Amino acid sequence: MPPIPFVMQLLNSLAALLLLLSFAMLAQRRVVTLVNLFALQGGVLCAATLLLAWRTGDGNLYLSAALTFAVKVLVMPWVLHRMIRRLGVYWDTEPLLNIPGTMLVGVLLVVFSFGLAQPISALASTATRSAVGIAIAVILLAFLTMITRRKAMSQVVGFLSMENGLFFGAMSATYGMPMIVELGVALDVLVAMVVMGVFFFQIREQFDSLDLDRLESHKGER
Amino acid sequence: MKPIEWLTQVLEVGAALAAAPLFQGWVNQCRAWLQNRRAPSLLLPYRGLRKLLHKDAVIATNASPLFRVAPYVVFATMLTAAAVIPSMGTRLPFSTAADAIALVGLFATARMFLALAAMDIGTPFGTLGARREMMVGFLAEPALLMIVFVASLISSTTALPLISEHLATRALVLSPSLAFTAVAFTMVLLAENGRIPIDNPATHLELTMIHEAMLLEYSARHLALMELGADLKLLNYACIGFALFIPWGSATGGAGPLALAAAIPALALKLLVAGAVLALIETLSAKLRVFRAPEFLATAFLFAVLGMLVHLLLGA
Repeated sequence: MPPIPFVMQLLNSLAALLLLLSFAMLAQRRVVTLVNLFALQGGVLCAATLLLAWRTGDGNLYLSAALTFAVKVLVMPWVLHRMIRRLGVYWDTEPLLNIPGTMLVGVLLVVFSFGLAQPISALASTATRSAVGIAIAVILLAFLTMITRRKAMSQVVGFLSMENGLFFGAMSATYGMPMIVELGVALDVLVAMVVMGVFFFQIREQFDSLDLDRLESHKGER
Repeated sequence: MKPIEWLTQVLEVGAALAAAPLFQGWVNQCRAWLQNRRAPSLLLPYRGLRKLLHKDAVIATNASPLFRVAPYVVFATMLTAAAVIPSMGTRLPFSTAADAIALVGLFATARMFLALAAMDIGTPFGTLGARREMMVGFLAEPALLMIVFVASLISSTTALPLISEHLATRALVLSPSLAFTAVAFTMVLLAENGRIPIDNPATHLELTMIHEAMLLEYSARHLALMELGADLKLLNYACIGFALFIPWGSATGGAGPLALAAAIPALALKLLVAGAVLALIETLSAKLRVFRAPEFLATAFLFAVLGMLVHLLLGA
């Protein structure tokens, strides 16, 4: 087996780190730590994008790295932290399902997504094609995070992490989406954040809690 | 068989036997420094062993032969394990006796005898310690096996010396899978040796102790053998860690006596650093509730599995 160039080793390590952070988010009980982990994931994603941009010399990738940094490392965690403060859910802990069980389901998801990615990687011609499986795994793990949570805040963080996975997938399969699509997605996610922020306050006003289980017993009177 | 290989073998076992209490003493000393206490002497474990060997053994009237045999079995398995682990050189005549998977089995044998002996007398403490030990053990074992599998996959052999040799001589690469398994291995080491997040080696508090609870009925030479066995186990785990994750410095392949002579200070340096790091980890972490132990070990297992998956997918 020929030795892999060092930049690719670094990229692979970053991809592995991304996967690890997804698992950390899956296991995290504290909302505040969850947001910090999300910011860290954005940072790793940004580093991977920068590295890939440097390797391929693609100017667009530099731009999307900057966009990732601004939106996912600075703005969103800041907005989320502010919401946590204003909603007073600072020390909220999540009544999770049994953590080892969730982890095992997560491992199965990773195996599944690696299988799923095999034909895609075979078709792709990029140097990072083997990371497609990790991207799909990050998306599915974020899904799992959303499914196993009850609090609205953690579900939103899961949703945002899913977008991280999508971005990484596009990057590793085709060196990034067209710039216009990327800008649109970033804007969409930002708008979604604002709308969800409004929802948070509405939900809390109605139920005195961000626990979404209570929505199920709500019959829609008034 | 070349004489140099036999020399390596004898040197390794002798060094393990002689240095195991010293390593334990070093870890204890580092812990004491980090906790702002005056450190006990490095030689304290040796003095303890000498004291125990001079005493008369007291054995409960209802003890079965198993109770008497267990210390010898535990000590012998640990010594056998020390003979198989390549701590100084990778060409060991004895290493064909057990590969990495059999090594995990050796540790399991020792654990089983320890737990059976603890239950033998029928005191509640012994039973309690044995049950907890088995709970920790059955969770740590799959993680340890998974770690061994990752290393075996990378070097396509299950013989520990050959794995170590392959890892030491290949080109230097950034390997996320080995990094993940290293984290998993550290967690397993802490759990298996009764270190702080799982068990506190310095406590005799009824509610929390695991390893100490199993040794309560032992005295004199039996206790000395049990303690020496525990020291050897810690050293063995450290040496497995070196063989898998820091294999540089030991004499690989058909290296001559010069490489072997260089391997001794290398091993001493590794143990010095590893002991300090172990003490640091122990000082920084708080003891987990017993029912949190499964979460801790599930995380170790997860790290090992992630290491394997990342290796399979990225080839790194």
